[in-house]
Amino acid sequence: MQQVEERLKTLMVQSLAGDERAYRSLLDDVARQLRGYYGRRLRERAAIDDLVQETLIAVHSRRATYDSGRPFTAWLHAIARYKLIDYLRSNKLRETVTLDDAPEAQLASPVTESELAHQDLDTVLEEVSPLQKSLIKAVKVEGRSIAEVASSSGLSQSAVKVTVHRALKKLSQRFGRGQTHD
Amino acid sequence: MIDPMSPNPTDSLIERLASELKPTARSAVSRFICLGLMAGACVSALAVLWLWGVRPDMPAALSTGALWLKESFVVALAGAGIFAMIGLARPDGTAGGPAWIAIGAACVMALLAVLELAGAPPAVWKTLMMGKTWATCPWLILALAVPVLIGSICAMRSMAPTRLRLAGAACGLASGALSALVYSVACDESAVAFVFIWYGGAIVLATLAGAWLGPRVLRW
Repeated sequence: MQQVEERLKTLMVQSLAGDERAYRSLLDDVARQLRGYYGRRLRERAAIDDLVQETLIAVHSRRATYDSGRPFTAWLHAIARYKLIDYLRSNKLRETVTLDDAPEAQLASPVTESELAHQDLDTVLEEVSPLQKSLIKAVKVEGRSIAEVASSSGLSQSAVKVTVHRALKKLSQRFGRGQTHD
Repeated sequence: MIDPMSPNPTDSLIERLASELKPTARSAVSRFICLGLMAGACVSALAVLWLWGVRPDMPAALSTGALWLKESFVVALAGAGIFAMIGLARPDGTAGGPAWIAIGAACVMALLAVLELAGAPPAVWKTLMMGKTWATCPWLILALAVPVLIGSICAMRSMAPTRLRLAGAACGLASGALSALVYSVACDESAVAFVFIWYGGAIVLATLAGAWLGPRVLRW
């Protein structure tokens, strides 16, 4: 951790003085740190890439706000965190992710994908009624057939289809940005 | 399909950003903030000089403690606002120190106002508190704060504030206090109670306006 701080800070000070080579390796390094930071918090590959790039641009255009008397990693972390909160807000996602790492854990190994996916799914399904929730889980997650679900729930097949369809529509309005795959 | 020959978008972004690198001065943040504030304050100062001019009794007033107390009050608040802006312009910035300076200045002024009233007969209390211009003074200070607030928000928008409400409040405090400083050149009220209530009130309103604007205009 100490080494990361020292390495990045030295590169940043050289970059602010106009050293292009130092700046290129700083940004490479920063991109790697950011991929870890966002990767541990978000599941969607595209969102992670977007945030990494947006944060790199912010680091670039607001580099004058770095005070070389203070730690570089704290400055970078504050920007990354701000961009994450902004992303969560503008996508109306609930803030179920932890924003801060314990400083020494910032480079720790990522949580497994399926663990995150499960948490996210439960959070998302909070938005629909219990019936819709159970039907979505049965059809879309467990992969059971419409006929099977209809007979076990006592609903008609078309009622199951309509309920699932409405629930998905509601969820995509709530969370998605026009990414409805039916 | 990923084409192995085309560079990954993050790498080409880094390449582009690195090629745009220009050296950056250490003092860029404070310089830019002062520039924004000065630009706004110049507009307000011109408006004051054009509309009312310097108060006619200025030469005599310069030798009174009342004038210097009034100026010290607004200068302390302006300083607190400017340092708060410089602090909050950084993503990991705080403004604890400047906030205490502002609170301290307000407490000292409140105490002096109470002492002034206590030492005067109750018959003149109303004059000490309301002066001749209480109905216009705070609104003029607020109006004169608008150009300064615009300048300070423009400067703050190019920075990296992460606590937008606080950063906006800092812009409002600096703008309100600088506007009061400019206005005091034309205003001949000298009672401590008047300055505390009406100058202080206008500066508080400007600070609140900044806090309201912050999350709306400072996002980046």
